[in-house]
Amino acid sequence: MSSNKSGVLMSDETNKGLNSPFRRKLLMGMAALPAMTMLPKASFAQAPATSAVNTTGLAVTDTEVTVGILHSVTGTMAISETGSVQAEKLAIEQINASGGVLGRKIKFIQEDGASDWPTFAEKAKKLLVNDKCAAVMGCWTSASRKAVLPVFEQYNGMLYYPTFYEGLEQSKNVIYTGQEATQQIIAGLDWVQKTKGAKTFYLLGSDYIWPRTSNKIARKHIEGHLKDSKVVGEEYFPLGSTQFNSVINKIKLTKPDVIYAIIVGGSNVAFYKQLKAAGIDLSKQTLLTISVTEDEIDGIGGENIAGAFACMKYFQSLDNPNNKAFVSAFKKMWGEKTVIGDVTQAAYLGPWLWKLTVEKAGSFDIDKVAAASPGVEFKGAPEGYVRIHENHHLWSKTRVGKAKADGQYELIYETADLVEPDPFPKGYQ
Amino acid sequence: MIINSRFFNRSELIGFVSLAVLLFLILPLSLDIFRLNLVAKYLTYAFVGIGLVLCWGYGGILSLGQGVFFGLGGYCMAMFLKLEASSVANTKIQSTPGIPDFMDWNQLTAVPMFWKPFYSFPLTVLAIIIVPGIFAFIIGAAMFKRRVGGVYFAIITQAIAAILTILIVGQQGYTGGINGITDLRTLYGWDIRTDHAKFILYFVEVVLLFGCIIAAQFIRLTKLGRILVAMREQEDRVRFSGYSVANFKIFAFCAAAIFAAVGGAMFTLEVGFMSPSFVGIVPSIEMVIYTAVGGRMSIFGAVYGSLLVNFAKTMLSESFPQLWLFGLGGLFIAVVLAFPSGLSGIWADYVQPRIDRLLSSRKPKAAWTESSVADGAPAE
Amino acid sequence: MFGDYSLGDLGAILAMQGFAGLILFSVYVLMALGLAIIFGQMGVINMAHGEFMILGAYVTWMTSTTVQHYAPWLFPGYFFIAMTLAFIASGSLGMLVEWAMIRHLYRRPLDTLLATWGLSLILQQAYRSVFGAREVGVELPDWMMGSWQATDSIQIPINGMFVMALTILITIAVSYVLFWSSWGKQVRAVVQNRVMAGAVGINTEKVDRYTFGLGCGIAGIAGSAFTMIGSTGPTAGQLYIVDTFLVVVFGGAASLLGTIASAFSISQTQSTLEFFMSGSMAKVITLLTIVAILMMRPQGLFALKVRK
Repeated sequence: MSSNKSGVLMSDETNKGLNSPFRRKLLMGMAALPAMTMLPKASFAQAPATSAVNTTGLAVTDTEVTVGILHSVTGTMAISETGSVQAEKLAIEQINASGGVLGRKIKFIQEDGASDWPTFAEKAKKLLVNDKCAAVMGCWTSASRKAVLPVFEQYNGMLYYPTFYEGLEQSKNVIYTGQEATQQIIAGLDWVQKTKGAKTFYLLGSDYIWPRTSNKIARKHIEGHLKDSKVVGEEYFPLGSTQFNSVINKIKLTKPDVIYAIIVGGSNVAFYKQLKAAGIDLSKQTLLTISVTEDEIDGIGGENIAGAFACMKYFQSLDNPNNKAFVSAFKKMWGEKTVIGDVTQAAYLGPWLWKLTVEKAGSFDIDKVAAASPGVEFKGAPEGYVRIHENHHLWSKTRVGKAKADGQYELIYETADLVEPDPFPKGYQ
Repeated sequence: MIINSRFFNRSELIGFVSLAVLLFLILPLSLDIFRLNLVAKYLTYAFVGIGLVLCWGYGGILSLGQGVFFGLGGYCMAMFLKLEASSVANTKIQSTPGIPDFMDWNQLTAVPMFWKPFYSFPLTVLAIIIVPGIFAFIIGAAMFKRRVGGVYFAIITQAIAAILTILIVGQQGYTGGINGITDLRTLYGWDIRTDHAKFILYFVEVVLLFGCIIAAQFIRLTKLGRILVAMREQEDRVRFSGYSVANFKIFAFCAAAIFAAVGGAMFTLEVGFMSPSFVGIVPSIEMVIYTAVGGRMSIFGAVYGSLLVNFAKTMLSESFPQLWLFGLGGLFIAVVLAFPSGLSGIWADYVQPRIDRLLSSRKPKAAWTESSVADGAPAE
Repeated sequence: MFGDYSLGDLGAILAMQGFAGLILFSVYVLMALGLAIIFGQMGVINMAHGEFMILGAYVTWMTSTTVQHYAPWLFPGYFFIAMTLAFIASGSLGMLVEWAMIRHLYRRPLDTLLATWGLSLILQQAYRSVFGAREVGVELPDWMMGSWQATDSIQIPINGMFVMALTILITIAVSYVLFWSSWGKQVRAVVQNRVMAGAVGINTEKVDRYTFGLGCGIAGIAGSAFTMIGSTGPTAGQLYIVDTFLVVVFGGAASLLGTIASAFSISQTQSTLEFFMSGSMAKVITLLTIVAILMMRPQGLFALKVRK
């Protein structure tokens, strides 16, 4: 036991002395011996030499590798991004407990994007240039991703982006662990038409790029691919809007078979409360949303949204061994009351996919990791099984859940096969 | 107030020189390029601050919509850069190559008319100055001619900021929506993302900033500046003396708008994108706060205020994200309650006299001797 | 778009749409009343008004959870307790703020704007630290949810009617206090001439403090009422502030009647426009119209005849 401790201590000291290249080489030579011989854990003993797995000067030592976590902890987006940070920390802890990555423990540096897009770009640059992070888990909104993307491409970093988003993007330097729009929309619309016999759709959204692009894809699918179906209305509201009575009246007038709602943030609360107050009973009126996860229900109140259908790839209530373990670990780490939504799960995939990719590539080098990414599978994913596509998005199933009054979703339907990600869908643009 | 015939009085000259030394020498030499780029970003707000000193500090017109002009300048620049970045070669995968990516996603097949002038850099530079200028003129003429002032003006400018944000976000086919205009790469083929470019851009910006400082100082020292002050103190008396109060106000407001727009354009170059989050109410009020902290009556104060508050914001939010808003909020309240003339007021009230006393511990004697000699001379 | 519908349908929609406008009107009046007192009567620009509303909303949320936990039998009527508590909480905070901050700034109205903006930042962060960044949902008793079936096709939301009734009640109470009670006379005297009011023996400091407290207290009630229709989060207050100021300014700052008239015209315009176009465009056009009218008639709809 004591020998173990001293080994760790010595290797800890080596981390600090990495300033000059000469010292670094000298220390590495000295550190290699005790690190190889004294550490008892099998995985650590097998760790390949740092010089072999890190040829581009990333923050990788014999015992540690640094990654970044870049989310908003303050500002308006903090509400949404907290879950992602928690999931990423959990994944990192679990990876470390199971032997780390290529025999190295993951150390993370967390930066706050403060819901401000230049700050995201700034901090991304800091994580890549100053901290030399081997990978960054982060961003939530499209705007923040768009702001950091040039930084990741310029300085050749690796970003694991967790949110379901509008697609129309693909980068060597980003792995999109959430769904792109078609994965979330098409299967859900097919399902609602088949089971509910829906012919008329009313599309609603907050006024920004994701709802607009998603509704565009939905409209093309409804008009072009679903038989006899049509869109009877399409409306957008400024972010943060809290008055929906007028549109609710229009819905009452047009009596659509399906309300297709992509409203985000605080507006959600107002929308569902007013919908209920206006006497639209979600157990009779079909409402399909792609923007309300278990996280949002917390604020809306389960009793206001019970009966609505959501189209996601993950629900906290999924019944499989991976998910049971994940949910209990998550609650153990962050408290019984926390809920886990679709994006939180996708954020949890990030560190794991990175670990698997690095081990497949046998290297931390960004280029090798990017090249090795396609085809990486993660069998332990809470959502079941995922695989990275050539286009750096994930193959994953589409699922439909029905909201219950206790704030959870009940799984109603899932696609039989994994759905192929298609960020530039032909015929939908 | 003693009117100085010289362009700068002694303390202003010291301020000018020390700011020049700080920005041209000390900061570039002591900071790495990452931090220097941050400073450059902070300094873009100093442009807005200088404008606010003119129209708020001197003219008494508080605008809570400077983000609008900052944004207009920034968007003009971003449109030019975006058009250059979306060459046919760069946008091959789009259904219509050669137009900005977000237009392609929104089914636009050609660049809209109002984007066309931004193919040309000279026209862009002109637009950065003229578009916000005209916009400010329209707002100013409509409001000041009808003697809207003070609080009403502040609230209406705020509403304008809100309107513009909703418009930009809503018209995403033409403006890039909430993501803004991103992925800007080159200026005439010169890559603006490299460290070298950032270094050069920093100096360009500082030179422009000093240009604005000198222009503001010039305005301040001419009769125009004194009429502004007179108007702020006793608007009616100025009007009764035969001056057109509205015209002077419009001028000050337009000047402030143009300064803000130059800052916005530089912001786009430094940061590499522009988005509606710099147009709305919150950034507009924050810009006013930088000025208030620096000192609403001091041009240099505005520069230091922008630097210090933003620096504190970055540092504090790095280490204590929770505390940051408490700190910022407390700072506003403290500045307004205890130090209405901001840092420059503290400097002038507490530091300057001490320095003067130290420096001139011998001088008064000398002055006294001289005068006594002069006085006594005839007697001898 | 109307071709396919029967006359009865259209009539029903028209009625419900009119009602939607009335709900929006009540919301605006509730938001603006407190501000009309503070800004209109005292000349203080309270940028933290939204945060005082959110305080009321959080108090309601706390009351609701406490009642559910300790006294479930009280739940159907808890909303009235919650509103009283919200009024007291926001009102006392308002008085504290007036004492600590505002009273030093009466001579500098524009500076109150900056100082209260600072205050709003502090309050937001305080809410975030205490209640967490996530939005909280307030559970309502059953009788407040759902809608009243007026005819076969006309449904009126009950919480909407509740908000309207509350608005009428508060408006009457405020006008009584301001225009008929002796305290209201003191308030107006101080507003019109502080020095003279002091000279005739009115304790102006006390009047100021209670006026500010009253304005903030009404904001608290408004926040409490909004939990029925909107969201409660640390930054939700910011959403309301510009609308609120526009309502007050558009009405003519010093006139309570003006505030009500402007809330009515703005809400009707917006809800009618919303019916014919997208919510975003409706908002832009409404705001533009207000700004344009204000440019032509800067004193607002109803102004005291004082030339400045």
